[in-house]
Amino acid sequence: MNCEESQKLMHQYLDGDASEEEAQLLREHLHACPDCQQHYQELKQTESLLSGAAYELSAPAAFTDSVMAKLPKEKKRVGYMRWFRTHPVLTAAAVFFLFMFTSVFSAWNNDASVSVSKQEGLIVENDLVIVPEGVTVEGDLVVENGDLDIRGEVDGDVTILNGDLLKGAGAEANMAAADNITGEYQEIDQMFGWLWFHMKQAFTF
Amino acid sequence: MENIIKHHIKNVKKGDQAAFEEIVSFYQNKVYHIVFRMIGDTYEAQDIAQEAFIRAYTNIHSFDENRKFSTWLYRIATNLSIDRLRKKKPDYHLDAEVKGTEGLDMYSQLAADQALPEEEVQNMELQSNIHKEILSLPPKYRGVIVLRFLDDLSLAEIGEILDLPLGTVKTRIHRGRELLRKKLRHV
Ligand SMILES: [Zn+2]
Repeated sequence: MNCEESQKLMHQYLDGDASEEEAQLLREHLHACPDCQQHYQELKQTESLLSGAAYELSAPAAFTDSVMAKLPKEKKRVGYMRWFRTHPVLTAAAVFFLFMFTSVFSAWNNDASVSVSKQEGLIVENDLVIVPEGVTVEGDLVVENGDLDIRGEVDGDVTILNGDLLKGAGAEANMAAADNITGEYQEIDQMFGWLWFHMKQAFTF
Repeated sequence: MENIIKHHIKNVKKGDQAAFEEIVSFYQNKVYHIVFRMIGDTYEAQDIAQEAFIRAYTNIHSFDENRKFSTWLYRIATNLSIDRLRKKKPDYHLDAEVKGTEGLDMYSQLAADQALPEEEVQNMELQSNIHKEILSLPPKYRGVIVLRFLDDLSLAEIGEILDLPLGTVKTRIHRGRELLRKKLRHV
């Protein structure tokens, strides 16, 4: 091996790329050649200085804060949704107080007027909403502050807030009426359930 | 750690900006290190390192989660650094001389402020010299030399970061190491 080959091999050796035979040949040459011995020592020193310098630096103080402040603003909805997810109790409290100070809250009493999500083909008499015979309501139906009498059919979910599902009287009749609903039937007349229903509506986008 | 980072990346992709803070916090030193060694100037390095994270954030959807995040991030950082160097004066040797002096000032300023023991002052001078000599390398050698000892990167990963074939990475390391050997043998 000549000195040029030896120097090429030194780099391969330092990269962990030399085979066992090549390493042996290099060692033999280094023993016999003071110039290459010197060259190799200098390369080793360079390697150790560079590896020492690799763990030297840290980013300036407040680097992360500074990056975060410069990021494009995230979409509002995502921000609210994350807040909602991470603070469920606070969200519930906030929504509760929101309702307390808005007219929506005043809907929670038996004197409030009846409201229904769909009007077409329905009869509203005082606090009673009637789905007349032969009428099929397409889609979900929500009745608030009133009773519901299904004589026809509802092709969807039914939710009654602060009211009852009627058909004549008694549980059996109620079951029979429920047969005329193709979707789910839900009756909510506890205050908390009512609140929860509105919260879910508010946060379902 | 890579798994925790991947978890944060998933959240960032879903739009959770706060999850990105963990990523910046984890990689800030390494990214700053790469850029500072490439560029030399502390102020400019901070600017480019921050830009690298902002680019990573805005392009996070193009990151393939089956790959290593650090490779992708370091690639953004080195590309930005190389772009900046291209826009500067081409006589990088002269440039490096000036930057090197700045580096020395920074180190000696630090030493003076803290009244450090003699051996630490010497170590700072040594680090400052190494920094100066790395900066005096042509940028194509500088990149491989800077990445070589950072974060236990393999030569293949360095190739991926710099978009170079493995053979070219090796040649550049050999060439850069030879240049530095001549500069650093008397320190
Ligand atoms: Zn020889």
